[in-house]
Amino acid sequence: MINIKGLYKQFDQLEVLKGIDLEVKKGQVVVVIGPSGSGKTTLLRCINVLEQPTSGILAIGDQVLDFSRQVPKKDIPPFRRLTGMVFQNYNLFPHMTALENVMEGPVTVKGISKETAKEKGELLLRKVGLADKAGYYPYQLSGGQQQRVGIARALAMEPKVMLFDEPTSALDPELVGEVLKVMKDLAADGMTMVIVTHEMRFARDAADEVIFMDGGIIIERGKPRQIFSSPKEVRTSQFLNLIQ
Amino acid sequence: MYLSNIFASPERIERLIEIGMNSFQPLLKGAILYTIPLTLISFICGLALAIFTALARISGNKALGAIARIYVSAIRGTPLLVQLFIIFYGLPTIGVIIDPLPSAIIGFSLNVGAYASEIIRAAILSIPKGQWEAGYSIGMSYSKTLKRIILPQASRVSIPPLSNSFISLVKDTSLASMILVAEMFRRAQEIASTNYEFLLLYTQAALIYWVICFMLSILQGRLERRLDRYISS
Repeated sequence: MINIKGLYKQFDQLEVLKGIDLEVKKGQVVVVIGPSGSGKTTLLRCINVLEQPTSGILAIGDQVLDFSRQVPKKDIPPFRRLTGMVFQNYNLFPHMTALENVMEGPVTVKGISKETAKEKGELLLRKVGLADKAGYYPYQLSGGQQQRVGIARALAMEPKVMLFDEPTSALDPELVGEVLKVMKDLAADGMTMVIVTHEMRFARDAADEVIFMDGGIIIERGKPRQIFSSPKEVRTSQFLNLIQ
Repeated sequence: MYLSNIFASPERIERLIEIGMNSFQPLLKGAILYTIPLTLISFICGLALAIFTALARISGNKALGAIARIYVSAIRGTPLLVQLFIIFYGLPTIGVIIDPLPSAIIGFSLNVGAYASEIIRAAILSIPKGQWEAGYSIGMSYSKTLKRIILPQASRVSIPPLSNSFISLVKDTSLASMILVAEMFRRAQEIASTNYEFLLLYTQAALIYWVICFMLSILQGRLERRLDRYISS
């Protein structure tokens, strides 16, 4: 489903991604872990082209972007629609209700009628357990509820892949569980997911594959049990010792 | 100093009341026919100009940004009265003749455009980057994100400073009297030049300006409350 070859990303003098190769199969849940500054968030942001890679090839489904050449600006929004993004700080639209947040993409980007989008939006809010909060503005919702609206908003565009950028890092501890549950349900539904997170228990329970990144490269990848109990690389075990 | 002038006789008070009552109607007519339309039209045109200018500066396009910066610098760096004189008295010498009212509208619009562009630019920049990214992430283009996500939030931020500009503009329209627009202050001057009651006429005009501006600030409060409905208090 996702195919990344030789992905580099440079910010001015700083090289953040130094040649990433990654394949994610349909329905696979991949959790990316690593110390801060390892490039894991940048990798995620490159996959939906919020950051434009310096070079490399990025494919989702049968759509391909080759960054070794100049990519036309108009090619980026359609490519971006293949992925749904969930942000660390939710980034809900504060001037819209929960339901309006979810309807926004389908109505203004896909041109779906308001009635259809509303029905679908209500369905999605029910799916994330927020059927009764449709008319609430983001400020009236808890962090966990806001993040679940964020997930519903991304799902509304019917992406092929869902990307999660530390979705629970900004949450109070007691609210983390409700968001992880929604993500587990999504994984069980067969959604292809790439998740940057520090929730190791979630990685152990829900991931098909764990990727450890450091210094802009993928150091190690494998089944969660293998990575967490018998990492092959020294840096992986050093990192895991630090956080556990 | 003639102190006797301060202590008005009953006859004089009677005369003042009569002049005041007679001049009220022409002054109000000047306000309704010229001051208010001039303010409204100039503000709307100026606001459109301001949005374009702000976007030109934010766009990152060097040529557009430079044009916008020069425009803002020139307007802010020269007196409004001088700008009006250039348009109305200056341009005819190179064959461009514009009537008083359109001249005033052009001058005030350019002025509002320059000042308000800085307000709008600041308001747009005050919206967190994550809002742009959230718009992009659901497949929106730059212009859709701007229109649907950024500008609605920026408008809330910019209401108080834009109201300042609007209220200033109401009062600045009195400068149009200098290029022969028959707005309220010019009418006050004309009436006063026939009966010499300068204090009365100018005070009367001042009071009408004050009432207009007072009503505007009430309107501003209502607008702010309306746009604040999605912000926790």
